[in-house]
Amino acid sequence: MAIVETRKLTKVFKRGNVGAVNNVDLQSREGEFLVLLGPSGSGKTTLLRMIAGLEEPTSGDILIGGRVVNDLTPRERGIAMVFQSYALYPHLSAFNNIVFPLKAQRIDKAERKRRADWAASLLGIQHLFHRKPRELSGGERQRVALARAIVREPSLFLLDEPLSNLDAKLRASAREELEQFQKRIGTTAIYVTHDQVEAMAMGDRVVVMSQGVVRQIGTPADVYDEPADTFVATFLGSPPMNILPSDGVIVGFRPEHFLPPGVADRLGEHVQYQFRVGHSEYLGAERILYGTMVGGPFNERKVISRIPATHGAEISNDNVYNFAVANRDLKFFDPATEKRTTPRLPR
Amino acid sequence: MRQQRWLAPAMFLPAILYIVALVGVPFVMAFVYSVGDVKVGSVGYHFVGLKNFISILHNPTFIRSLENSFLFTIASQVLVLVASTMLALALKDAFPGRRFLRFLILLPWVAPVSIGSIGWKWILDSLYSVINWVLVRMHLVKPFDAPVWLGEPKLAMISVILVHTWHMLPFATVILLAGLTAIPKDIPEAAAVDGAGFFRTLFQITIPMMLPIINVAVLFGVIFTFTDMTVIYILTRGGPYDSTQVIPTLAFFTGILGSDLAEGAAISIFMVPVLVIATYLVLRSAYRAEVT
Repeated sequence: MAIVETRKLTKVFKRGNVGAVNNVDLQSREGEFLVLLGPSGSGKTTLLRMIAGLEEPTSGDILIGGRVVNDLTPRERGIAMVFQSYALYPHLSAFNNIVFPLKAQRIDKAERKRRADWAASLLGIQHLFHRKPRELSGGERQRVALARAIVREPSLFLLDEPLSNLDAKLRASAREELEQFQKRIGTTAIYVTHDQVEAMAMGDRVVVMSQGVVRQIGTPADVYDEPADTFVATFLGSPPMNILPSDGVIVGFRPEHFLPPGVADRLGEHVQYQFRVGHSEYLGAERILYGTMVGGPFNERKVISRIPATHGAEISNDNVYNFAVANRDLKFFDPATEKRTTPRLPR
Repeated sequence: MRQQRWLAPAMFLPAILYIVALVGVPFVMAFVYSVGDVKVGSVGYHFVGLKNFISILHNPTFIRSLENSFLFTIASQVLVLVASTMLALALKDAFPGRRFLRFLILLPWVAPVSIGSIGWKWILDSLYSVINWVLVRMHLVKPFDAPVWLGEPKLAMISVILVHTWHMLPFATVILLAGLTAIPKDIPEAAAVDGAGFFRTLFQITIPMMLPIINVAVLFGVIFTFTDMTVIYILTRGGPYDSTQVIPTLAFFTGILGSDLAEGAAISIFMVPVLVIATYLVLRSAYRAEVT
């Protein structure tokens, strides 16, 4: 098993342009599931491709297991990658797809068969061995791609949005399965996604990226509860964190922490705001209230509240209510740098 | 609606007329002539059965031409296939001047065959050959002993094969290039990560994936080559001593220049089975390429 490290890793595609990846310092841990999360164009796939050896860095170093691998070809790096499209070889059967990396290593036939059986049994796809990729469903293709990746017991697993081609129902179960699978084989995995739910559910740690820069690295709880800047605060969570600038500071709080009168009393130390409900969405388990602040430091600012449906309070549109946020749930950001700053409530 | 019903047939009517007049009628006439006794200038027509066919099968020149046709077609297509695969691979990735190089490679196809062939006739001329001039100046051959490219049976065959290869190469390259660029970028990348080197990727991934399109290129090449007479007609006229005579040139010399239309027609009919098989294979592999 290996630890991946990047040092000041930069990729500039067109000279003079801003880098697709800028000075990224990253270090994975043993056996960890590390998720690179960011919107499209944030550089996460470019970063992954540089680690794989498919893209040459403009500057900086990549280390795998403590060794600088910048000049090594993909095959010398001993990694396996699952592509977004799965990139199965269309003219080869599932079995021949799976043993292709072993053939490339000149492993003998009996051993190839043994390892393919092992990988396929882990994923439950032995019955698909003779089929061509076009005869497989999306979920089956994904498993074949995974089997092809693990069959030569790589020291590092790279996954580029492997779930994005599955339908929503399958995606949830595949997510769970993939996570369990990684824990079982214990190989360090780097996983790229733009889906925050995937990142939160699967990642041991999440690397939030935007515009080629790492914004924050931390456990899912870290990045959700203690976002390092306003980008992380608004990118994670749906609906996103309320961001309210006033009086030289930005105050942020999550919609689920902006609570109606009955609940607010039980919060301990808290601040109260007048909230006019514009419209609401009933989502079964919860209600999302969209409205504006009335008076106070954030007068007329738009805010969102998310309350459990079990909260019985009668809340109707166009009325003003006394909502509250616990002090511990307030996050403060510097308007200039957009990074976290010392707590200071605007009056 | 009424107009609509006539529009489609009306639109393809010119194409059908064209094919019937220039392909269909001559084709039927060739069959009719091949079992008759028609000569240029004769007025009557008498059915003679298979007499013409029996006559040409006893003609050593015809047997020679048949062998030459296969040799000419197979040799030039093998050369075209190997060279066009290499060219397509070389032209796939971007490099400075790629557009210009692609244009240059397309030139032999765009220029009329006859003009290109006349150029080659001079290049391979017994007295004025630039190739020989270079060979002599490099002291590789003696001036009086320079190869007579179109005058010696073996050299003449090699020359017509090479010139035809030169002419067919762009077509095959363009087709293969299209097939090559249709392979998703992920696939060779996956092969690279899976540890495959250049040759393994080429022979186990790239070429197998291009196979349907390679088939189409080869079969078109076979049809074009088997029926072509321009290069040979201009360079050697089938000579020396019929050593480069092929079916199309022999049919032309016998039927048109030798005015024995019936026997010329019978000779050209011998191309039909080969072309029918090739056409069937083209259509089948084109269909396969579509469904996969």
